[in-house]
Amino acid sequence: MHDFSLNNSNQYFDVLKEIGNIGAGNATTALAQLLQCKVDMKVPQIRLLEFSKVGAAIGGEEQLMAGVYLIVEGDITGSMMFLLEEKAAHSLVSKLMQTEQSEGAFSEMELSALKEIGNIIVASYLNSLATLTGLKIMPSVPDLCIDMAGAILSVPAIEFGEIGDEILMIQTEFSDAKALNGYFILVPDLESYDKILTALGM
Amino acid sequence: MGEIIKVGMADLNICKSPDGLTTLGLGSCVGIALRDPVKKVGGLAHIMLPDSTAIKDNTNIPKFADTGIVELVNRIISAGGSKTRLVAKIAGGAQMFAFQNKSSLIKVGEKNVMAVKKKLEELNIPILAEDTGENYGRTVIFYPETGDFVIRAVGKPEMVI
Repeated sequence: MHDFSLNNSNQYFDVLKEIGNIGAGNATTALAQLLQCKVDMKVPQIRLLEFSKVGAAIGGEEQLMAGVYLIVEGDITGSMMFLLEEKAAHSLVSKLMQTEQSEGAFSEMELSALKEIGNIIVASYLNSLATLTGLKIMPSVPDLCIDMAGAILSVPAIEFGEIGDEILMIQTEFSDAKALNGYFILVPDLESYDKILTALGM
Repeated sequence: MGEIIKVGMADLNICKSPDGLTTLGLGSCVGIALRDPVKKVGGLAHIMLPDSTAIKDNTNIPKFADTGIVELVNRIISAGGSKTRLVAKIAGGAQMFAFQNKSSLIKVGEKNVMAVKKKLEELNIPILAEDTGENYGRTVIFYPETGDFVIRAVGKPEMVI
């Protein structure tokens, strides 16, 4: 058995960091293909945050965000979330639909486009994890929620809460003409940690 | 006007009139506001999980409904409140995503609300009002002066319970 405690110095954290880097890279490529334009990505920032500091790290608990969440099944089980600031979500949707960027509430059509964007980003992220580990990883159909960051983040935070007091968050800054901030959160179930580490030969 | 003290996720705090307490963006977590109406001292807890005994690593007291509520009661008593006069208002426990925790029959938000109610009943603290469940996030502000529990949600009018 491995030591599952997450801290900035242990091996497990390094592994997740590397997975995060590769996953976010793949996701960016998928996004560029979808939007048919060049998308740059900064080196993702990977942070282990105490629950009380999560809100501040993403621009405040009340910051409006779009969250795509799905369940992971197969050799490993758990959940995965991709978060995007509401403004960035509007920008991506307008690009995909080739319409003027709207504000405020999303239309049904825009919501559906946003869900698809989220789905592609998350699926390509999980794909790279599957390739890296040789494990079978099957994502469920995603669900979308647009609400306050704190409320959306409570979902993965609670899952992390069952094993510790921190949440592992991968922040990726995409940019085409302007910078868009996205966040990935992967929450493997406890028994899946061991499988990931073993698959990676650790 | 007093000061508004912020309570984070898995956190709790107390204050006396005219100060207030707030926690932002409650999702599936539950916010529990307790108050002694005579001394006008109150507290707010933001719990994440229902049961500390179900988790191995359970040293974080404010994270759980059972330990968090007990700690909140103790803190209010140390600040001069009376346990027998305490009354509660609760909010949160939403289900943010449709299929969230499909494996368990009871949803995590609902489970949190049930655990909170059970603990408050055990401690004989009556729940005067609640705004729980549904599928949206809530920001709450609690004023021990009046007992007002202000609830804000995206795209909805502010309400006071």
